[in-house]
Amino acid sequence: MLLTITYEGENTQELGYLLHKNPERAQQFELSYGKAYVFYPEVSDTRTTAALLLDIDPLDLARGKVGSKDGGLFDYVNDRPYASTSFMSTAIVRIFGTAMSGRCDKRQELADTPLKLTATLSSLKDGGDTELAKELFEPLGYTVETQRSTLDAAFPEWGASPYIDLTISGTVKLSELLNHIYVLIPVFDKQKHYYIAEDEIAKLLGHGEGWLASHPQKEKITRRYFTARKSYARKALDILLADELPDEELTEEVETAEETEARTPLNTQRMETVRDAVLASGASSVIDLGCGECRLTSMLLTEPQIKKVTACDVSVAELEKAAQRLHLDRMQSYRKNKLTLMQASLTYRDKRFEGYDCACVIEVIEHIEPMRIPAFERAVFEFAAPKTVVLTTPNREYNANYAHMEENALRHGDHRFEWTREEFRAWTAHICEKFGYSCELGGIGDVDEALGTPTQIAVFSKAGRADE
Amino acid sequence: MDKYRIEIPELCLVAMVGGTSSGKSSFALKHFKPTEVLSSDFFRGMVCDDENCQSVSGDAFDLLYYAANKRLNNGKLTVIDATNLQESARKKVIDLAKEQNVHAAAIVLNLPEEIMQERNKARPERNFPERVIRQHCRDVKRCIRGLKREGFRFVFVINSLEQLENTEIVRTKLWNDKKECHGPFDIIGDIHGCCDELKLLLDKLGYVKTDGIYTHPEGRTAAFLGDFCDRGNRSADVLRLVMDMVKSGNAIAVPGNHDVKLLKYLRGKSVAMTHGIDKTIAELDARDDAFKSEVAAFIDGLISHYVLDDGKLVIAHAGLKQAYIGRGSVRVREFCLYGETTGETDTFGLPVRLDWAADYRGRATVVYGHIAAKEVRSQNNTFCIDTGCVFGGKLTAYRYPEKEFVDVDALQQYYEPVKPLEDGIDTDMGDMLTVGDFNRKLHIETALMPSIDIHENNSAAALEIMSRFAADPHWLIYLPPTMSPCETSELEDYLEHPLQAFEYYRSHGIRNVVCEKKHMGSRAVIILCRTPETALKRFGITDGTRGIIYTRTGRRFFDDAATESALLDRLDAVLTQTGFWQDLDTDWVCLDTELMPWSEKAQSLIRSQYAPTGNAGAGGLTAAVRALEAACRRQNNAFAVSPLTSGQNVDLEAVLKAYQTKRDDIERYTKAYREYCWTVKSIDDYRIAPFHILAVEGKVFSQEKHIWHMETIRKYITGKDPVFMETPYLCVDTEDEQSVQTGVDWWLSLTGSGGEGMVVKPETYTAKQGYNLLQPAVKCRGREYLRIIYGAEYLAPDHLSRLKVRSLNRKRTLALKEFSLGMESLTRFVNGEPLYRVHECAFGVLAFESEPVDPRL
Repeated sequence: MLLTITYEGENTQELGYLLHKNPERAQQFELSYGKAYVFYPEVSDTRTTAALLLDIDPLDLARGKVGSKDGGLFDYVNDRPYASTSFMSTAIVRIFGTAMSGRCDKRQELADTPLKLTATLSSLKDGGDTELAKELFEPLGYTVETQRSTLDAAFPEWGASPYIDLTISGTVKLSELLNHIYVLIPVFDKQKHYYIAEDEIAKLLGHGEGWLASHPQKEKITRRYFTARKSYARKALDILLADELPDEELTEEVETAEETEARTPLNTQRMETVRDAVLASGASSVIDLGCGECRLTSMLLTEPQIKKVTACDVSVAELEKAAQRLHLDRMQSYRKNKLTLMQASLTYRDKRFEGYDCACVIEVIEHIEPMRIPAFERAVFEFAAPKTVVLTTPNREYNANYAHMEENALRHGDHRFEWTREEFRAWTAHICEKFGYSCELGGIGDVDEALGTPTQIAVFSKAGRADE
Repeated sequence: MDKYRIEIPELCLVAMVGGTSSGKSSFALKHFKPTEVLSSDFFRGMVCDDENCQSVSGDAFDLLYYAANKRLNNGKLTVIDATNLQESARKKVIDLAKEQNVHAAAIVLNLPEEIMQERNKARPERNFPERVIRQHCRDVKRCIRGLKREGFRFVFVINSLEQLENTEIVRTKLWNDKKECHGPFDIIGDIHGCCDELKLLLDKLGYVKTDGIYTHPEGRTAAFLGDFCDRGNRSADVLRLVMDMVKSGNAIAVPGNHDVKLLKYLRGKSVAMTHGIDKTIAELDARDDAFKSEVAAFIDGLISHYVLDDGKLVIAHAGLKQAYIGRGSVRVREFCLYGETTGETDTFGLPVRLDWAADYRGRATVVYGHIAAKEVRSQNNTFCIDTGCVFGGKLTAYRYPEKEFVDVDALQQYYEPVKPLEDGIDTDMGDMLTVGDFNRKLHIETALMPSIDIHENNSAAALEIMSRFAADPHWLIYLPPTMSPCETSELEDYLEHPLQAFEYYRSHGIRNVVCEKKHMGSRAVIILCRTPETALKRFGITDGTRGIIYTRTGRRFFDDAATESALLDRLDAVLTQTGFWQDLDTDWVCLDTELMPWSEKAQSLIRSQYAPTGNAGAGGLTAAVRALEAACRRQNNAFAVSPLTSGQNVDLEAVLKAYQTKRDDIERYTKAYREYCWTVKSIDDYRIAPFHILAVEGKVFSQEKHIWHMETIRKYITGKDPVFMETPYLCVDTEDEQSVQTGVDWWLSLTGSGGEGMVVKPETYTAKQGYNLLQPAVKCRGREYLRIIYGAEYLAPDHLSRLKVRSLNRKRTLALKEFSLGMESLTRFVNGEPLYRVHECAFGVLAFESEPVDPRL
């Protein structure tokens, strides 16, 4: 929340002209979430520093503006009032807007000249990614210095702070410096304080004009700038890169292993394998237990053999996403009649699960608390008891192949466990024994000779009655 | 002239039969409640605004029957006010009555044609041609004879205007309705000719033989569940004894399938000589014919089930579904005798039964027999007490309302069972919850608050949290309520202050309160059983554990099972050493506690939110202060400002001062949260402070005062093992100024060094003012501590003034509902109620604590 800009050279007081802010006058500006101050901690012929200090009202953040209908965006206890975030970017536009545009009627020549400038930002959140500041600013010709403290000196075991104090210096035009900072602050701290509308694409491209397209990290910058809006990132990159963009979907390197996986061929391969198993079982009605975004469901809807699909998830938010993905609100009645979406839990008995030929439980069991697994078993195999159950789950052994994973880590923060092949085999044997099923095991994905495949699959078939 | 009496059962489906203008509607409205009468005209109007429009009759009748069905579901008498002149129309009445297991009654208005024609002419708004009226009259006359055959159990025909005017309708009780009988009852399961055991059991139950008949000196009534005969060797004696007791009013009885089969035989029909009927027949053949006809008449007169004690108790031989209770039909009777089977047979050749009790959700206790097992089986408030006496098991009686079982062992095995008797699995315990009980709007009745509603969107949210995070619901017999803070302080520098807490109780008529130190930890509920066997038997826990520590949202406190069991072991050691288990006569306990350090549960919160905020704040504010200091050191010459500039002049010295305060505030904030963090290296580093002994076997301690809880905890739990620490407390008399001051001083000393504060509770566990439940506790948090809640700078005057504007109503209402639900779930558990009834309450608390979501897409 403190930005300083230092100009070194001759007649450096002229920084005041460039910023359109008089060095001899401290000023205050009203912002929608607090106040901003502009003042000059040092002024001399050879070195002048301007400071932009934001005073953000934490109460307004937490409660929303008095009289406004929406509640607050943040908790009372929050780093937003103190860290350098998108608030700073909006303040820069608001207060140094003219300087950003490069216009300076009184000193236009100076505004057009690269100057020796140094900028500092306090408490900029890089989440511990020490390379980030260098990756972003060095290609633009800055010398980058960062300082990082421990998170809490009283508890060194909590590790390092996720914030840095950043100093960048270089010989650039002031307008360039301001635009760089404007675009790159939200690239550090991905949480934006305002609603991201589509005009944000134009903002990014406008302030990035002349440098972003040639920045080696342009993809990363664009993606992180639009964290919550992947489609906007895509559009912006389409414009930025014209023909350079590869045809595959965007990948996000900071996402979890599972998320990465969801986009890779493995996920497609998994869904196809499951679909084939469903079709091979002869099923015409299927219940997708833990449907997530309904990737499998939408695949099954196109199969003539399948007359009825029910997709369940315990998370209403997931179901809403699924409904959007499937365009449920405008689906034609023939397809809509085949499909049911409903909230359901796998740890309760549910009569609505009964009567299907096949149940699919794809990458779900590892999200259930171990002490609840017996309830899950009964809900699926004793009460719903379809003829076929197709179940997949990660193979823990294979994790050794994921370079970025720590030892003993799980692929997703919500996984309660991941099974080795032997653990999975033992569990399936227990199911067959207890509930009268037979089972075929397999793997999905690249085969590692020693560690197996990333995904394990079991296809359970209800054993026929003895007298049949 | 005598009134023409129309007697119909108080629950039945009545069809009015009569032509247009016969006065059906006026008759119906005269004799029935307006809400009981469903008129086809009304529904025609409802679907098309025109009561006379015949073209919408299809839709109108669809709606009418939909409404009729709903009424009958609710056990409400219903009158169908339509002409019902066609047999096809009447068939719909009969079908619905059969479906709903109620009798159908027809009230026919067979008035002379002249009257009808006259009336028709008097109704200009819907004048039918004469021939229509004539046809209707003919139709009425023609249908009367066939009504009984069509399935109307009761038919009443009104032939004249005089009769019409002089009719009275009398509603009679159903035969199975003995709600006025309150017992107490001794309900006795399948006897099957085991007369010796029956006598022993009656002796044991305290019956004495007077004039050859068993009677109870305290006026208890025996209730026999049928199957008196077959397989055993004294069926005739059993029948004699039972008949005598029933005739003399000392017993009631329902028939069993064996008794009905015997009746069939006695009536000369052929029956298969299987399942031991041959033994009974041999016995009866040795008796005279008078005995046989007495037996036949007795069985014939038995009603298949009884609803007793204001509807709180139901007896039937093979049990009874909720929807059938108090209904009368062949289907209901057969269910009472045989239960419900799939129509398939198992490998022993026995019918495969459907588990009606698993779906039973009624509030009436259903006691039944029919299926023998080694032990009594209870499930969802139903009890199967056939314990296979004739197969060498025992004869069991259920004492109502005492809820006790009394049994005598069989003297011998009289008959070989087709398949070995199953163990008496307590199905309640191994039971699985059914989602249909929870994913909807819930209406929960509790002892403290008569009615608590939970909306569907809160249920949906709770379902997700329960499913994804909560521990096994068998353990979740209690979730703690949220707690409201006291009203905001009127003192300038405080957001919360004890004076408001004391004043809240004083002004609500509570003089004595208890202040308990608030430990800054995490709420933890601990359930500990002495052995895994107790956990299995009492809680239905099958994974071999004997206890649990869970959070206020029902989530297991420790991911690491070893830590949990180590803490539980230490608690057990203390309770064993202090004699807790003996003194409180229990083998399990449920405690409400605070578990420290806070950093243990809040680790991710601290690292992702609290510490970073302090860190960013310290960094940012230090830099800001430094820059401001530098700027202030420069000579700032104020100078003329052009009105065109955007900013306003500002006094930088004042800004500097404000930022110095902010910097100090963030330091205080960091100091405050650090107080509650320490690094746990071993079990010894944990601290657990119990403050309520919630429940033990047979008891919920909500009747005991807080002082009792504190003293009992001190006596049995704290002070022995450093892990279990005491909660300091202080009693305050809110009417006594000095006492109040002592309370305030105590709070100041607790919070001066950053302590969280205290909780103020009324002296009694639950407190009311009149009918209104009062807050069970209000918290009063320390001035420094609140920085962790409202932010480092909350004491700045412009912050505090805004924070003081807060409404506690929502929080307080929520606290009361959650408190009521918590106490209710404990009570239900302790009373041995079914799992779904206990879970409902815990589920409700979670629902209130969840952000609502809309389950509909």
